[in-house]
Amino acid sequence: MVAAALRMNSPAVTFERVARHFGEVRAVDDVSFEIRDGEFFAMLGPSGSGKTTCLRLVAGFEQPDAGSIAIHGRPMRGVPPYERPVNTVFQDYALFPHMSVLDNVAYGLMVKGVAKGERIRRAEAMLEVVALGGYGGRRPAQLSGGQRQRVALARALVNEPEVLLLDEPLGALDLKLRQQMQVELKALQRKVGITFVYVTHDQDEALGMSDRVAVFNHGRIEQVGTPEEVYEHPVTAFVAGFVGAANLVDADLAARLTGRPEAFALRPERIEVEPANGADVLVEGTVTDRRYHGAATRLDVTLDGGQVLIVDRGNGAGGPLPAVGQRLRLGWSAAAMQPLPRGITA
Amino acid sequence: MRSERAGLGLKLAAGLGLAFLHVPMLFILLYAFTTEDKSYQFPPPGLTLQWFAVAWGRQDIWNALWLSVRVAAVATALALVLGTLAAAALWRARFFGRDSITLLLVLPIALPGIVTGIALRSTFGLLEIPFSFWTIIVGHATFCVVVVYNNVIARFRRTSSSLIEASMDLGADGFQTFRYVVLPNIATALLAGGMLAFALSFDEVIVTTFTAGQQTTLPIWMLSELVRPRQRPVTNVVAVFVIAVTLVPILCAYWLTRGTESVAGAGK
Repeated sequence: MVAAALRMNSPAVTFERVARHFGEVRAVDDVSFEIRDGEFFAMLGPSGSGKTTCLRLVAGFEQPDAGSIAIHGRPMRGVPPYERPVNTVFQDYALFPHMSVLDNVAYGLMVKGVAKGERIRRAEAMLEVVALGGYGGRRPAQLSGGQRQRVALARALVNEPEVLLLDEPLGALDLKLRQQMQVELKALQRKVGITFVYVTHDQDEALGMSDRVAVFNHGRIEQVGTPEEVYEHPVTAFVAGFVGAANLVDADLAARLTGRPEAFALRPERIEVEPANGADVLVEGTVTDRRYHGAATRLDVTLDGGQVLIVDRGNGAGGPLPAVGQRLRLGWSAAAMQPLPRGITA
Repeated sequence: MRSERAGLGLKLAAGLGLAFLHVPMLFILLYAFTTEDKSYQFPPPGLTLQWFAVAWGRQDIWNALWLSVRVAAVATALALVLGTLAAAALWRARFFGRDSITLLLVLPIALPGIVTGIALRSTFGLLEIPFSFWTIIVGHATFCVVVVYNNVIARFRRTSSSLIEASMDLGADGFQTFRYVVLPNIATALLAGGMLAFALSFDEVIVTTFTAGQQTTLPIWMLSELVRPRQRPVTNVVAVFVIAVTLVPILCAYWLTRGTESVAGAGK
């Protein structure tokens, strides 16, 4: 009961000034953050940004060179992977090829000494949860990519981990299946109520699935927040540019456009084409490129000073698309500008 | 380009090459049945099964066979353990001198047997180690370890390293991971490597000559028998037996490791 009370109050995972170096490379560089109990937490960043290393540090496959990691308040220094209350879904699934699906799912229970009848019952129940009831007798090689993905999930979840670690689990799937699995994963997380830590380089995935997102760059965390916070109020130019598309406006251009030399980010969908009224900032430019995406059309508009703004014009209202070479008036509200106090070269 | 089919000349050359390799074997087989025991006369004056009975009754053959079997079995067992350990150590570890160690490990199979043999003989002499069953084993282990190592490391390279991490992640300690994940994945490689090692040891002559002292393994017995012009077909009977004993495991090893990529690969 004491342990349970501790669990309720303490964060699921705590990083305190954690560093992990590989030779000269600072894969994780003085990182501190907390993952709350029960949340869907995404670690988002380009490859080599340190997000996967952070996940491996939680799993115990890597040891920090400095700092400390705790899971539900318990320090993890020196604790081997097989004694940590976490389980991992690997990017390549890492299903045991020589075992049946059922034996794969029951593996964690088997090595912990759970009686055979009990572990088969629990493994079968978990296969039902991931909608693979009746597939227990097959070999992993006989399953599709999406089915293997689910077996990997069941194999991890059957151990009832305190934290589930997912390393780009949808990376190997095609787009349609990926979107479907995103929905299923989110629903599964709500059902089991376990903390999910999800590593991805896909900002769309991170925004759509998670309660909070940590944006990684060069071994450091640039920002942690809800998807809305990270998208609407990026604290650095990197976050603005990596999470969604953004026009990064430097202080010089800002001074010309708004009269104030303060750098800001501007989302392409917040720029109005031929604004009817009420725009706080108005500029003019020439359409130099146009890419049609179905729901919206993205325009490159070159301003008279030579700078290019990307503009998303929604196609919902219909009407003729602006043509390349056409002069356009653009406008946006003061609220659309996301201030970047550290400039745009961070 | 011309057609993909080989021309007549090439087919003929290939046929002759194969015949050159294997027709002498047929003569070994044929002379196991000849009625004439002094010289290899062609064609044999008559055919008989009596040499099989003679061979069966000779205690020196049984002694040599028994020694060869024990040597091959122990050398193979030793090679399985050491070869697997070496492969496991050199698979994922990155350390200074790793490539040199890899080279040193596989060198014995590339070195002429006579060099290995002389080197071992002088080492045993310097250290005043008397020739024994175990000196033969050491000689044979030099190349048996390589065969096992090569098979196991090839399998390791095709095995996703995340399988081991997955096992540890699911709560298995090092021993359980080896028992339930590593061993089943390399089992056929071990079997194939072990069979090849057994076959190599079973018909080894050169290294054995330098490390056996007065002991006689089956191939050594055959070599010494050739210079004696008495009951020559008995040697052929034994030769046929050796061919059978070494061919069967090599064929099995071939069948076992054929098309195992999908078994050993990651679950991708």
